[in-house]
Amino acid sequence: MAGFQDLLQFVFAGITSGAIYALIALGFCVVHKTIGIVNFTQVDFVSLGGMFLFSGLFWSGLPMLAALPCAVAAVTGVGLVVEYLGIRPSRSQHHLVLIFLTIGISIILRGTMKLVWGKNRMAVPPLLGEEPLRIAGATILPQAVAILVVTALAIGLLIFFFRGTRLGLCMRAVASNQAAAEVVGIPVGRIRAASFALAGGLGGLAGVLVTPITTLSYDVGVLLGLKGFAAAILGGFGSFPGAVLGGVLLGLLESLAAGYWSSAYKDVAAFVVLLLVLFVRPKGLLGR
Amino acid sequence: MIANRERFYYFIYLHRTGLTVAALSTVLLVWPLIESNPYNLGLSNLIAIYAMVVLGLNLFVGYAGQISLGHAAFFAIGAYGSAIGTTTLGGPAWLVMVAVALATALVALAVGVPALKLSGHYLAMATLGFNIVVYTILVQWDAVTGGPSGFSGIPFLRIGPLALDSEIRLHYLVWTFTMLSLLLCLNLVRSGVGRGLAALAEDEAAAAVLGVDTRRAKVKVFVLSAVLAALAGSLFAHCYAFVSPDSFDIFVSVDFVIMVVVGGMGSVWGTLFGTALITLLPEWIEALERFKDIIHGLILVLILLFLPQGLVTGLVDAVRRRIALRHHHA
Repeated sequence: MAGFQDLLQFVFAGITSGAIYALIALGFCVVHKTIGIVNFTQVDFVSLGGMFLFSGLFWSGLPMLAALPCAVAAVTGVGLVVEYLGIRPSRSQHHLVLIFLTIGISIILRGTMKLVWGKNRMAVPPLLGEEPLRIAGATILPQAVAILVVTALAIGLLIFFFRGTRLGLCMRAVASNQAAAEVVGIPVGRIRAASFALAGGLGGLAGVLVTPITTLSYDVGVLLGLKGFAAAILGGFGSFPGAVLGGVLLGLLESLAAGYWSSAYKDVAAFVVLLLVLFVRPKGLLGR
Repeated sequence: MIANRERFYYFIYLHRTGLTVAALSTVLLVWPLIESNPYNLGLSNLIAIYAMVVLGLNLFVGYAGQISLGHAAFFAIGAYGSAIGTTTLGGPAWLVMVAVALATALVALAVGVPALKLSGHYLAMATLGFNIVVYTILVQWDAVTGGPSGFSGIPFLRIGPLALDSEIRLHYLVWTFTMLSLLLCLNLVRSGVGRGLAALAEDEAAAAVLGVDTRRAKVKVFVLSAVLAALAGSLFAHCYAFVSPDSFDIFVSVDFVIMVVVGGMGSVWGTLFGTALITLLPEWIEALERFKDIIHGLILVLILLFLPQGLVTGLVDAVRRRIALRHHHA
């Protein structure tokens, strides 16, 4: 019975971190779909989400329910600014140049966070209480429940956004054929900006949800973000269901590796499996 | 008289690469006689070592049009391979260096072949993941690698009875390697293989139509660049007699990429300039320690925004354009 309880515990943990990876992976996919690049600032959107939540709670004294949406909105704004000041003025539209630009902007964002919030680790209180719940002998933190519920809601909203709203449909049009979208009068520049904003919102949401568990620092997003990237690739880069599937699988893999093998090498296990999957099925699980 | 002068200019133009290499080699030969400060020599040695990595990486980025965010991992395999091979296993240093370079070639093949099957940016992920795996192993497997506190007591390289143990001797060692790599790259980009690669970077489909085996070409350059990084890593270990995981994390890989971009993607000479600038930058802006990252990032962003061909190529192009326009108007 103890074996089953352990397994259940690892599965809970894996799905929780998997949900976070899925959110980050979705952010990577959105920008990849509209611009065709890997946006490395996604990594810092995650840290920024946590930072803004921290500031909202402790500098402005907002209640949690107000600070959380404010933080996500603020990161959405940062996404817009990044596109407007960093990507749009580029003279070259070459993908390599744009990708390296996002790396440069990511370095600037990290440097700025270090200046504003300092290098120390900070603690962010969880969304719900701290009393762990018990399910079939395994314990689960209320924050993990919050992560799962909010992620599910966000994915639902995202589906609605892409199928039922004008902006979402425009984004899909640009993703499937940019020239054709331009011809029918869709403002491609604005759509690209919107995709950065959406990526910022998704990254920021991942950040506000995960930092109560991980503690907060200016570079907390780096490893989380790169795993989100890995999840996106695992699922098939550019595929939204693939991003969610990839995120959950990566989370499970990592927590099972940590539980049954070694917690020091859990990242190694995750990335080695990713390399193996790329070896067998280079387009990812759901990639076309 | 005029004909002679024209002929002289033409001679210089014709042999510009060879003459520049000769001039640079001469400067490097006499440099330790002028500069005796070991700290400055140490810095220029570091530039030489990084330049080797960045030369290979630039071939890969600039000519094969791909991104690697894991060259610090190949650099690490070279450094730790030499460290463990010569110290723990007691092998002869030069032989270990060659063996490690060969092993790195195999590793690069294993990482590169699947990731380069597809166009797109899968290799960015594969190399990034690979770098994280290597870094984690360096930190965690402390029985073999010395863990986070590093690996010390690596012997200096020897040529016969001569131990390469002072900054000046190391200067000649590392710059010999770097100049050989530079010559290799200069010749490679002018060979059929190099022209094929340049075509590949410009337009993969067009290159394929013209008969360039694009996948093979990309894998070859990737392996070559990994081997150069491994050799540089071995030199790094033997120069400093100490290595620690901090020199090989993903941010170092990102720094290598920045050096490529600053020097100009696809510019062999620019590589030397970019490497020197980014290596020396922390020395110059020490007073601005708090803003170090922001300045680093800003340099990268501004160059990419306004001179996407890199600082050297971009400025040279701008001057050429100016001159051409003046001729046109006159």
